[in-house]
Amino acid sequence: MKIIDIVILIPILIILSVVSLWMGNQSYHWFPPQASAESLLVDDLFSFLVTLGSFIFLGVTGAILYSMIFYRAGKYDMSDGPAIEGNATLEIVWTAIPLFLVVWITSYSYQVYSQMSIHGPMDILHLHTPIEIESANAAPVEEIVQPTEKIEVISKQWAWIFRYPEQNITSSELHLPVNRRVSLKLQSEDVIHGLYIPAFRLKQDIIPNQTMDFEFTPIRVGKYRLRDSQYSGTYFAAMQSYAVVESVEDYNQWLKLAATQTPTAAPNQAVKEYTRHTDRAIETRWPIVAPAKPPLVNFHD
Amino acid sequence: MTTNISTEHHHEDVMNWRRYFSFSTDHKVIGIQYIVTSFLFFLIGGFFAMLIRGELLTPESDLLDRSVYNAMFTMHGTVMLFMWTFPVLTGLANYLVPLMIGARDMAFPRLNAAAFWMVPVFGIILLSSFFVPGGPAQAGWWSYPPISIQNPAGTFINGQLLWLMAITISGVSSIMGAVNFVTTIVKMRAPGMTYFRMPAYVWAVLSAQIIQLFGLPALTAGAVMLLCDLSFGTTFFDPSQGGNPVLYQHFFWFYSHPAVYVIILPVFGIFSEVFPVYARKPLFGYRVVAISSLLIAGVSALVWVHHMFASGTPGWMRMVFMGTTMLVSVPTGIKVFAWVATIWGGKLRLNTAMLFALGALVMFVFSGITGIMLGSVPVDIHVNNTYFVVGHFHYVLYGAVTMGVYAALYHWFPKMSGRMYNEGLGQLHFLLTFVGANLNFWPMHPLGLQGMLRRVSSYDPEYTFWNVIASIGGFLLGMSTLPFILNIIGSWVTGKQAPDNPWRAIGLEWMVSSPPPVENFDEIPIVISGPYGYGQSEPLTKSQDVSQE
Repeated sequence: MKIIDIVILIPILIILSVVSLWMGNQSYHWFPPQASAESLLVDDLFSFLVTLGSFIFLGVTGAILYSMIFYRAGKYDMSDGPAIEGNATLEIVWTAIPLFLVVWITSYSYQVYSQMSIHGPMDILHLHTPIEIESANAAPVEEIVQPTEKIEVISKQWAWIFRYPEQNITSSELHLPVNRRVSLKLQSEDVIHGLYIPAFRLKQDIIPNQTMDFEFTPIRVGKYRLRDSQYSGTYFAAMQSYAVVESVEDYNQWLKLAATQTPTAAPNQAVKEYTRHTDRAIETRWPIVAPAKPPLVNFHD
Repeated sequence: MTTNISTEHHHEDVMNWRRYFSFSTDHKVIGIQYIVTSFLFFLIGGFFAMLIRGELLTPESDLLDRSVYNAMFTMHGTVMLFMWTFPVLTGLANYLVPLMIGARDMAFPRLNAAAFWMVPVFGIILLSSFFVPGGPAQAGWWSYPPISIQNPAGTFINGQLLWLMAITISGVSSIMGAVNFVTTIVKMRAPGMTYFRMPAYVWAVLSAQIIQLFGLPALTAGAVMLLCDLSFGTTFFDPSQGGNPVLYQHFFWFYSHPAVYVIILPVFGIFSEVFPVYARKPLFGYRVVAISSLLIAGVSALVWVHHMFASGTPGWMRMVFMGTTMLVSVPTGIKVFAWVATIWGGKLRLNTAMLFALGALVMFVFSGITGIMLGSVPVDIHVNNTYFVVGHFHYVLYGAVTMGVYAALYHWFPKMSGRMYNEGLGQLHFLLTFVGANLNFWPMHPLGLQGMLRRVSSYDPEYTFWNVIASIGGFLLGMSTLPFILNIIGSWVTGKQAPDNPWRAIGLEWMVSSPPPVENFDEIPIVISGPYGYGQSEPLTKSQDVSQE
């Protein structure tokens, strides 16, 4: 390599690095708000991947663009390029560096996943040792108050029911206390559903006939979208609700309020569309699976 | 050099259009039959996609009935995979492999024809499901139980049954093709065509077809079991009867992930052929590029659970498959760097084929990077089943695969048709495609990061902006096929006569007439050097006569 090449290459690498770091920083803005302890970890990991990815993408496409501009053959130039068939050093380098990078990415991701400690389906196979690590509480969150809040989640075509077993109340919205570990028990009555709250960066399929543990820690007060994330048939898109994160006082007050109300049928988008004719441009009225009856819950909006 | 053997007699045979509608056993006819048939299905699948994009122009579900929308994305995915990408790549391989390795035909010509004629059969079965009670399958192209076995119409003949029959027949057809390709490549190479003198494309096809042989039986068996659950009362996957729906997911992805490599490997092969020709340089690190195809095929068999990171999979399984998934990027990276090194310092000629190949490579690199992000379990738990995934695989399947196929169709069009294509129309086609594809698929990434799920027929208003952009891109992509169709039909009928080797390319297929005669070679050439001798003066072959002297 000539000295002049190195002199040119170094500023290019510096510019690439600066741009990539900037992209990594920008990536935090591409997400919904960070409403759970886990989301902080995931966003850091993603930012790291964006930085690496930008560097590689800009480097490779930059080289391609440079070639397209500066290595064009003249119209009447029928000669061939240099007959370079390979370069062992270069090939070893571009095998070793990606190998190093993916080992790095994998171990970082492993650490993050361990820290999140979301549990998920642990008992499908009995032959494993669960990945034992400091629980998600290791997430950099202050004031995490024990004990954990236990809530049951029941999903069906196409409705959510959230049950608070200690108070024996049900709700069509998932109310959560802020800064307290939450432990959900996920269940489905018919097909596979998925619990997804984008602001928490968390998702878990719910397999019928299994109860799945799922843990996380909300850290930001607010009302966030909650959706079915595993395609569940005709009204899949309508199967959505909210996760409402409240201060502990508000949350306790809400529990008390809900306990005083007698269960009534929650409004249900699937049932509404199923029973009422809508005016869409293309309407076939193919027979479809009938939605479950709107669940009776103590609280709905 | 083999001689010009396009005698009058051969020429007449080649130009007889009726052959394309017959049970021909000529691999070149079968190749073109595959390509044309699959392109027609591509247009149908694209029409479904435009209906989807039409619905997603607005947040409300207001264009299509929800069940029609669900049928549309199910059929779009199924048609594009099983009736466009697979058959078009099989068609290209059918046309090219025997020519490239110096064979007169595939090893089993009648098996080859039988495999092709199953394509229109299962295509018609699949599309006829629009006319049965309940309409076509609406369970997504994965057909996960239990929704795929709910059968709301209650009839024996229903969309899901037809879907499963079509997939099973498609699987059988592809297994027949795989047996044929592997046998042909192993057994029918011309004298002197050692493994390390095979074009990288042939290596890629070999690797892809080995995956087909090992993986497809799993999917086909899974489809048959699901069909039994749906129609004959078995309970393999029905949780209400003690079955395990996650088992189906394993069956499905055990093949359907490697299937991605069945699709992308031949496209890698296309890159490896196109770049050296238009850069006038040997393929950089040919042996490593060739071997990396086999490595990718090997590792690809061990990554399927990364589609199920958010499913019923325990933590240890997520971690193991994250590691294997990351590993795939190493041999893939080797290829990307090799292609860039191939064009670096070359004498580039940016015609339509080269532009498509370069555009496809850029889009592939982008999809590779988002692929690494998806391979990381914590990130995937957030973006799994969102538009981030949809954007990622459309960069692969449209950006890399479909644009790579276009590169191949332009590059080998003179060989197949004996005519030159119109360069201006070709470049217009490239421009519309590249802009349309990026407009359509790039916005899906921010949408996914924001949490917009795939397969939804309505969405929250905050997602509107990027959806409108994506829809505009989608309609542009629909229009981009018009200059292509005009170009291909027009050039085939009235284009300039193509010489044997219009691109001054090295390869056995360029040493016979355009189009090649029946049985390809009058006399099988003897190969005496490697496939990418650009900038070198060594000839590729010597004739049999010389060898006897």
